[in-house]
Amino acid sequence: MTSPAAQGRGAGRRRALGARFVFLGPGLFYVTVFMAIPMLLVLSYAFLKRGRFGGVKMEFTLDNFHRVIESVYVSVIGNSILIAAITTILALLIGYPTAYAIARLPRKWRNLALVLVVLPFWTNFLIRTYAWILLLNSEGPLNKGLTAVGILHEPLDLLYTRGAVIAGLLYAYLPLMILPIYASVERLDNSLIEAATNLGASRARAFFTVTLPLTLPGTMIGAIFVFVPSLGNFIVPELLGGGKTVMIGNLIRDQFLKARDWPFGAVLALIMVALLILLFAGQAAISRRINGRGRHA
Amino acid sequence: MRNLGWLRVPLIGTYVFLYIPIIVLVVMSFNASKMPFSWGGFSGRWYSTLLNDELIRQGFINTIIVAVGATVLATILGTLLAIGLARYTRSAVLEAYALTPAIVPDLALAIGLLVMFSAVGMTLGLHSVLLAHVVFGMAFVAAVVTARLGQTDPSLEEASRDLGSSAIGTFFRITIPSLAPAIVAGALLVFTLSLDEFVIAFFTDGPSTPTLPIVIYSMVRFGVTPEINALAALLLLVSFTVVIAAQRFTRISDAV
Repeated sequence: MTSPAAQGRGAGRRRALGARFVFLGPGLFYVTVFMAIPMLLVLSYAFLKRGRFGGVKMEFTLDNFHRVIESVYVSVIGNSILIAAITTILALLIGYPTAYAIARLPRKWRNLALVLVVLPFWTNFLIRTYAWILLLNSEGPLNKGLTAVGILHEPLDLLYTRGAVIAGLLYAYLPLMILPIYASVERLDNSLIEAATNLGASRARAFFTVTLPLTLPGTMIGAIFVFVPSLGNFIVPELLGGGKTVMIGNLIRDQFLKARDWPFGAVLALIMVALLILLFAGQAAISRRINGRGRHA
Repeated sequence: MRNLGWLRVPLIGTYVFLYIPIIVLVVMSFNASKMPFSWGGFSGRWYSTLLNDELIRQGFINTIIVAVGATVLATILGTLLAIGLARYTRSAVLEAYALTPAIVPDLALAIGLLVMFSAVGMTLGLHSVLLAHVVFGMAFVAAVVTARLGQTDPSLEEASRDLGSSAIGTFFRITIPSLAPAIVAGALLVFTLSLDEFVIAFFTDGPSTPTLPIVIYSMVRFGVTPEINALAALLLLVSFTVVIAAQRFTRISDAV
């Protein structure tokens, strides 16, 4: 015989189960249908033969993976990683001192300074990229200005170069570098730096032994925030690279919407996602080590 | 400002870098000349041709339909999900799973959805874009509301139940009002993201119902025209107004 209290507990547990279903059910169902299953489909398409008009034939093959090793595709993937890496490094070199400077501003200016950093970010991505078509055009203001001042004798071909692609990506994602670095610099305990300088460290040494390691987690997040969208971008290479700079995103887009070779597109997408997962794993490992060291010290 | 020393250089340099292209764009949108790079005097004529452009008007209407629909659905699903994650499970794996759509590269999500929609034989159109935008929208709402739930006190809900209120009554009178600021912030975020979203819409939209970003893309691919300058400047004005208005409600330092 069960006691009334136990019966009450049983009813409570059933209610909790019902509530769990009501709250978690719809959302998890949606994520499964519209993200997990699509991703698994892409994964399985990588091992199938292409259909005549897009889609796939239900025949297993590894040919799609063999094709990636062709030198054209290897060089596109290498080029994409290189461009995304250069963009990330430039964003870091510009973003770190900027974020540091904002965190050192008087409190009343800090908010305004941050709003001014994110404001361009909230405008349409295509519009932001388009602005660079105007700016870098051979008859555009940059060329005209430099010629008028006498630095240039004739206009440079700035647009449709690899440099233009990097500038466009940097412009698009720099705020994503500045915000997390700002957050970690702002949280920094100033007494630690004072302690270092009081004990005789130079300001440079205090920066490299105290400030930099403590702000490394935020900096790594910023680097990932810039690298990830840069790597898969196909708009900037198309609009500012003029088709001369092809990145992995362009390749994937073309396989799905132009060449209609979905299995090969799926392989390229898998490679892109695999690269990003490696990156996240590396970041997680490094921040675990930093946290571990902090606890033991 | 004075005690920043050499740090003033990157600070000012960053703002110059961020705002020069925008200033160039706005100035050129008022250029009367049809030749984009020769100044023909100040004029607002391109703004009036813009308002009569049928393609742009239709694109704008399509975008609003998608953004409103996606915001409503994503806000409901995301809020329920956040409450479920915070109150009814301690599983970090489930939480990560539910929030993944916010960090999956848009291109990967876009091709996944295209493949899925075509596998089930669904015709593409505004409905498929809407369904696609709900995926990442829901994850953003859930993330914002979960952060807020960490700060609210569950004992309020317990007190309400102990005093005899029903589960549903407690939900609508205690839980939802205490989460309202986060729900509104999440909804605003989804709405703005959906308005601007291009990559996923580009893959999941049908050819006869382009959203505004798709219309803009097809325009900018063919180079510089005065109409695009005006459209771009107008959109800049809209997003600047929205961001500055949102600033009055939430302080950015809380969001970062």
